Amino acid sequence: MKDFIIPDDRDFGTPASKSKTMVTLTIDGFDVTVPEGTSIMRAAAELGISVPKLCASDNLEAFGSCRLCLVEIEGRNGTPASCTTPVAPGIKVKTQTGKLKELRKGVMELYISDHPLDCLTCGANGDCELQDMAGAVGLRDVRYEAPPEGRLANHFAPRETSGLANPEWLPKDDSNPYFTFEPSKCIVCNRCVRACEEVQGTFALTIEGRGWDSRVHAGAATDNFLTSDCVSCGACVQACPTGTLNEKSVIDIGTPEHSVLTTCAYCGVGCQFKAEMRGDELVRMIPYKHGKANHGHSCVKGRFAYGYAAHKDRILNPMIRASINDPWQEVTWDEALTYAADRMKALQEKYGRQSIGVITSSRCTNEETYLVQKLTRAVFRNNNTDTCARVCHSPTGYGLGQTFGTSAGTQDFDSVEHCDVALVIGANPHSAHPVFGSRLKKRLRHGAKLILVDPRRTEMYEGPHYKAAHHLALKPGTNVAILTALAHVIVTEKLYDEAFIRTRCDWDEFQDYMDFVAEERHSPEAVEAFTGVPAAEVRGAARLYATGGNAAIYYGLGVTEHSQGSTAVIAIANLAMLTGNIGRPGVGVNPLRGQNNVQGSCDMGSFPHELPGYRHVKNPEVRAIYEKAWGVEIDPEPGLRIPNMLDAAVEGTFKGLYCQGEDILQSDPDTKHVAAGLAAMECVIVHDIFLNETANYAHVFFPGSTFLEKDGTFTNAERRINMVRKVMAPRAQYADWEVTQMFANAMGADWNYTHPSQIMDEIAMTTPSFAGVTYERIETLGSVQWPCNEKAPEGTPLVHVDGFVRGKGKFIRTEYVATDEKVGPRFPLLLTTGRILSQYNVGAQTRRTANVVWHDQDVLEIHPHDAEDRGIRQGDWVRLASRSGETTLRAEITDKVSPGVVYTTFHHPDTQANVITTDFSDWATNCPEYKVTAVQVAPSNGPSEWQEEYNAQAALSRRILAAE
Amino acid sequence: MSANTAEKIIRMANQIAMFMETKPHEEGLAGLANHINDFWEPRMRTQLFALLDQGGAGLRPLVIEAAGRIRRPQAA
Repeated sequence: MKDFIIPDDRDFGTPASKSKTMVTLTIDGFDVTVPEGTSIMRAAAELGISVPKLCASDNLEAFGSCRLCLVEIEGRNGTPASCTTPVAPGIKVKTQTGKLKELRKGVMELYISDHPLDCLTCGANGDCELQDMAGAVGLRDVRYEAPPEGRLANHFAPRETSGLANPEWLPKDDSNPYFTFEPSKCIVCNRCVRACEEVQGTFALTIEGRGWDSRVHAGAATDNFLTSDCVSCGACVQACPTGTLNEKSVIDIGTPEHSVLTTCAYCGVGCQFKAEMRGDELVRMIPYKHGKANHGHSCVKGRFAYGYAAHKDRILNPMIRASINDPWQEVTWDEALTYAADRMKALQEKYGRQSIGVITSSRCTNEETYLVQKLTRAVFRNNNTDTCARVCHSPTGYGLGQTFGTSAGTQDFDSVEHCDVALVIGANPHSAHPVFGSRLKKRLRHGAKLILVDPRRTEMYEGPHYKAAHHLALKPGTNVAILTALAHVIVTEKLYDEAFIRTRCDWDEFQDYMDFVAEERHSPEAVEAFTGVPAAEVRGAARLYATGGNAAIYYGLGVTEHSQGSTAVIAIANLAMLTGNIGRPGVGVNPLRGQNNVQGSCDMGSFPHELPGYRHVKNPEVRAIYEKAWGVEIDPEPGLRIPNMLDAAVEGTFKGLYCQGEDILQSDPDTKHVAAGLAAMECVIVHDIFLNETANYAHVFFPGSTFLEKDGTFTNAERRINMVRKVMAPRAQYADWEVTQMFANAMGADWNYTHPSQIMDEIAMTTPSFAGVTYERIETLGSVQWPCNEKAPEGTPLVHVDGFVRGKGKFIRTEYVATDEKVGPRFPLLLTTGRILSQYNVGAQTRRTANVVWHDQDVLEIHPHDAEDRGIRQGDWVRLASRSGETTLRAEITDKVSPGVVYTTFHHPDTQANVITTDFSDWATNCPEYKVTAVQVAPSNGPSEWQEEYNAQAALSRRILAAE
Repeated sequence: MSANTAEKIIRMANQIAMFMETKPHEEGLAGLANHINDFWEPRMRTQLFALLDQGGAGLRPLVIEAAGRIRRPQAA
């Protein structure tokens, strides 16, 4: 474990002021200069003076309720609260006087008179601000006592002194799986309520009653925390200054004794956390306030759902078997490595150099990913490497590469604070990128407008104090038509930014593009018939996007996972260029990445056609760099992409696969085809933390390590390289990068990395956009956004500021081509898929945590009309069938989906939503078309034949014989 | 090559063609050939040529026209 000194982690009491005007004042005889609008409390904190406080926190607006932070100001009457009183030039403030001491002690005495004094056995013992403040103000005595008999006016004693039940006492609410709410310890400081509103934006908590009757309550009168709107983000728990809201893990284990700063391994937001430890036991994860992506916020997954790391299903020993029909045999690492290497070498000898390949993981670190692609390029000597980004954001890489010249988002997340119009298309940040979702909602509450383009009325559509200005509820598969119609309106109504286009883009290409989009067939009226979106809505949305101020596009897999995914990304880039919404804060094109390290895995050369840094293998000068570094010749031909690997396997020319940290059988489309491909291979090596679905077809299993068990880096959706730090020893003995290295060496390589920082050094040495990246620099700066090199030694928050990376921005025609996946009499409905908040991807991690209380099965959302037609009632089992296959799940009847559209998630292997999805894919990248499948839905009695067969095969395949 | 594979190769090539057809002819032709050269592994190009060599039934005219610019993989 590496020592890491956490920088200034103090709470300054109130948020920083963004004013550029500076004000000088005197506090306790010291001069201090701070931005105008700063509170006196914060100014004092800048000097190092902590004014006592209970209701203030620097992630919340000042509230002024606890009356503990009083100060005296020369020449002013009274004792104002320092949190709500702004600084003024020349004022002289005293934070400690005889009068203040008396007042504070009096206030504190009243608080403590209504608080149980069970500190020694309280879960918050040692981590309680009430305790700290009692000490800070010198409270030594509490004079207020209840009369020995009769009524007892307090909230904490279950029984009155008379022996009768105390009606003011409320029992503990244990309903949330991760934290408790103990009303008897509450001091009604409002911090939890404000955190839920200001930070998270859910407004699930409220203060009920007035005065003495004031109580924190979740949801409506009959609700508890679990049944309320609470999304379990943990912001309230973190805000609570007492033991009222407390992590169950702390109650169970005790307070942590050290902490290690690391990065969440769930979605692409890349939240930084302090892993708080006692010995090598993880006590809790606390979102890090200086984390540049999350600024101290978290969601239920990163904050609480880490229990999978210690789950009993973890496989801790390497295993092998001759055939997938045999049970697994536990073996030593040496045996497993030799067995795997021998089989792979034999395959290459028999079937040729190109007959094997790898899949890198978008969940593993950059360093691990880099090694896996290096394994195939330098040791297997081919380019058969791909990654899960194939099936999510490969069109982003292609589309933005073609138009702008880089394969990444243009902004940082902080940019959203300057955004006036957010166009969210094919993304549901509320569920899939919750911490960014909270930041976007905050901006929307403050007046920014939302244009939502989604077949479904997602949770983003409306929330407390905001509602989408336009919802374009398009038919799945018509993104390109809608995006082109938006451009049509902007061009024909002359709302485009000519000055920007003339200076920043190729004018001739723009002319051509303008002629194209101006054609009547692209007008909102012309496309209304097949997009299903009223033309007036499209026109309104286009006008708002073009003229509403800083306009930013946020998009997700609802854009990319289509036959025309790449065209849609190009259409998005066109819109941003048309309106000059590129190159400054508040605007841009922002792909929201699904997994923690999708960006990084793409950067690291996981794609079969390009070496690290997005450089095509056909370029001899790029190959020369690696040929020199690795001492081998690099194949100049592109390798196989994941779907091509499976096709080649079925054809009989692709025989062996090393798959790290990805479950292609569950996550990739057309499960039966994936299964057929895997079954046709002679050596499948799965390297994972669990026996995942793909492992049912594997011959070798290397046990993996979780993000808690290794050092490395993840790169988030903002191109931000964040540190991942080892907080405990790998449970299966080795970090994943060590396993890949041992496997490479067993195959004949001679790799000698002793720490991931050496791998990063190799990446920096060979990749221009990473040239300035070192572990030391990331440690110093906290994180670095690439490009980081001589031109930008501290990294690059915004790209394309003065010009596009490719030179001139390129407008490209975006002709709408309807997908081949069409509805007809047999399959009249369109299925689209997505995620929900509490679960993540294929659910391998989150299903192994208490998050299942929120989502224990995938359900099929269906519109009441379609349900009525088919005689389906709420909660019924239904059969969902496409031309690829069928499955069964329960129906959820809702008008969130339009008639003709059904929706489900793919978090549970029992449902196997991908049995239904087809093998259609994006024209440019083969990214599968997950988001459009023609289906039929009918009432059913229970699991389909496929589900039963599958479960039987899985159960057989998962048998393990212990080592002798 | 199975019928299934042929169908897939034809579909993928035609999808690329449909995008490239919206560009000026020469740019589209070069675009199609480059795209296949850049992203299609030799096995896939071999399968494409097997179809092209038989006349390219089912392939869009732009694919057939671009054939001369697509790199023919050496026989394995």
